[in-house]
Amino acid sequence: MTQSTSSHQAAGIASPGLAPQWDAAEAADIIAAHAGMEGATLPILHALQDAFGFVPRESEAMIADALNLSRAEIRGVVSFYHDFRSAPPGKHVLKLCRAEACQSVGAVALAENLLRRLAVEWGGTTKDGAWTIEPAYCLGLCACGPAALLDGEPLARLNDSKLAAMLRDTGATVMP
Amino acid sequence: MTRIYLPQDAASLALGADRVLRALQAEAARRNLALDIVRTGSRGAIWLEPLLEVETAEGRIAYGPVSPNDIPGLLDASLLSGSAHALRIGRPEDHPWFANQQRLTFVRCGVVDPLSVEDYRAHGGFAGLERALTMSAEAVVDEVKTSGLRGRGGAGFPTGIKWNTVRMTPADRKYIVCNADEGDSGTFADRMLMEGDPLTLVEGMTIAAIGVGATKGYIYTRSEYPHAVRTMNGAIAAARLAGWLGDNIKGSGRSFDIEVRVGAGAYICGEETSLLDSLEGKRGQVRAKPPLPAIQGLFGRPTVMNNVLSLAAVPWILAHGGAAYAAFGMGRSRGTLAVQLAGNVARGGLIELAFGGTLRDLIENWGGGTASGRPFRAVQVGGPLGAYFPERLLDTPMDYEAFARAGGLLGHGGVVVFDDTVDLAAQARFAFAFCAIESCGKCTPCRIGAVRGVEVIDRLVAGIETVKNFEVLEDLCELMTDASLCAMGGLTPIPVTSALTHFPDDFDHKLRRSAPHVAQAAE
Repeated sequence: MTQSTSSHQAAGIASPGLAPQWDAAEAADIIAAHAGMEGATLPILHALQDAFGFVPRESEAMIADALNLSRAEIRGVVSFYHDFRSAPPGKHVLKLCRAEACQSVGAVALAENLLRRLAVEWGGTTKDGAWTIEPAYCLGLCACGPAALLDGEPLARLNDSKLAAMLRDTGATVMP
Repeated sequence: MTRIYLPQDAASLALGADRVLRALQAEAARRNLALDIVRTGSRGAIWLEPLLEVETAEGRIAYGPVSPNDIPGLLDASLLSGSAHALRIGRPEDHPWFANQQRLTFVRCGVVDPLSVEDYRAHGGFAGLERALTMSAEAVVDEVKTSGLRGRGGAGFPTGIKWNTVRMTPADRKYIVCNADEGDSGTFADRMLMEGDPLTLVEGMTIAAIGVGATKGYIYTRSEYPHAVRTMNGAIAAARLAGWLGDNIKGSGRSFDIEVRVGAGAYICGEETSLLDSLEGKRGQVRAKPPLPAIQGLFGRPTVMNNVLSLAAVPWILAHGGAAYAAFGMGRSRGTLAVQLAGNVARGGLIELAFGGTLRDLIENWGGGTASGRPFRAVQVGGPLGAYFPERLLDTPMDYEAFARAGGLLGHGGVVVFDDTVDLAAQARFAFAFCAIESCGKCTPCRIGAVRGVEVIDRLVAGIETVKNFEVLEDLCELMTDASLCAMGGLTPIPVTSALTHFPDDFDHKLRRSAPHVAQAAE
């Protein structure tokens, strides 16, 4: 896997940690490895996002070719599903649950406070590239909410101070 | 060597099970204690997680909820011999929270090593499949019909009848698709089973395959469930290795294999036809029915589409007989329901009970009231498309028909408790907003109606032309109910109208100004 780019650093922007640069050869390998599956589109898109942190626009024509579909069909699939990102995420991805069970224990105010303190909107990445905050509608952690997944690891019974401590640990710029 | 059991269910991990593990390993090394640590699923008492168990001469002795800081004290108190401690629960099977359940589907969950075929066998696993392998396809389907099992995903359609349609439809290839796209808020039973006893699902799907003549199975689950995906894949590999899956299963001449597929954050893909399109690699849009998936399902082939819990009930039914399963329950709701008690509740978790218990018993006796200690105000049963019930409906029994009569639905068995700080107008607004985000966009009542619904509720609570806007809301709900293509648009009016019926004050802009929950929400 190609190392993360230097162009971001050259421009003085912190490089989003997890996202390697676009690599057509690697994308072709990923697509070829999955193309024989029944209904291969989603497995391919997940594998691409695992590798690049998002689904690069350049890969859509390649998938279309491999699956004998139109580019429009692939674009339609990518844009339908909430998971697939069109840009690299921050170094850490926090998926915060917004569904009813978490609402019943304060998730609405928790999320509002977090977004305000990080000065981002849902799906946005902080200016320093440290955090991407994404909404989730249920993580199956409904008896121990408010819940979240931090880089895939589950968190329970969150509150403002727990989240603030987590943010401090990563050196995020947090407004009071 | 002392054996310790520690869950690695996602909820247990979220509550610190891995930190407990590290503390235990470090402290054991310091004291020169040899431990054999088995990672299990959860028994479902999320309020006791992380629940640590020690194998002793008297059986497994549980302690919980354990934090890493408790470990030195527990070891000082001779944890390893199961001795007294403030966190000691005793034998889980003697504890009333577990002892009073009727565990059929979840009997092994939290008990066994989820990836061990040997452990699964030792706890009665594969007995149902062994029997099915000696039976005709018709006899397998008949056994499921006798059980009275109805689809646990929410629609409650008789499973045996669905299977029989697939069995009777000739085709070159048939599929078993397990709907593990458990998107309803307040539900986590599918996740728990896949993490705690995935071989039960493997066995149930394989029995279904024998019953209908299918050769390939898919489990369509969620990207929000990374732990379930890993454990499920591990269990499938273990079953294959042991000859319970793949070609010529246990020398029977039957072949069946399973693959896990992961969705991509679309709630609508829990709807069966939308799930099929997603599995085929398309946008997850709803299909018009007919044709039924049982006749033209995945890739146009006859397909059994069942929820995790429907399929996971099948091994017990085949092992013990359909009549034994039907002996549980009430009315036309036979067997057990995995109730998931969630939200603002003191003792939340998974409670498997025969149909017929009341919401009041669940919330007050099992749940111990609200977690916040504030008065109860509302409960939403059946996920985001389920009704909000007030205190006076708490005596409604957990039964498909009784819930329908009360204007609600049981759905997948999720019960979300709210205290008196809840604003039901905000919840009704959320129901529309969620529908607007998650609508597949194929039909107009759902796609446009949800957006209009948010706007109407905003006008109502702002006191703008309230008489007219109540009429618009009523009209909109009627239209969405009658004209939507699937349950997403068709049932979104249920949380809205139930909130409006049972909590009208929350929608009255004059009363809202002095209401405590609104004042709180504005803080």
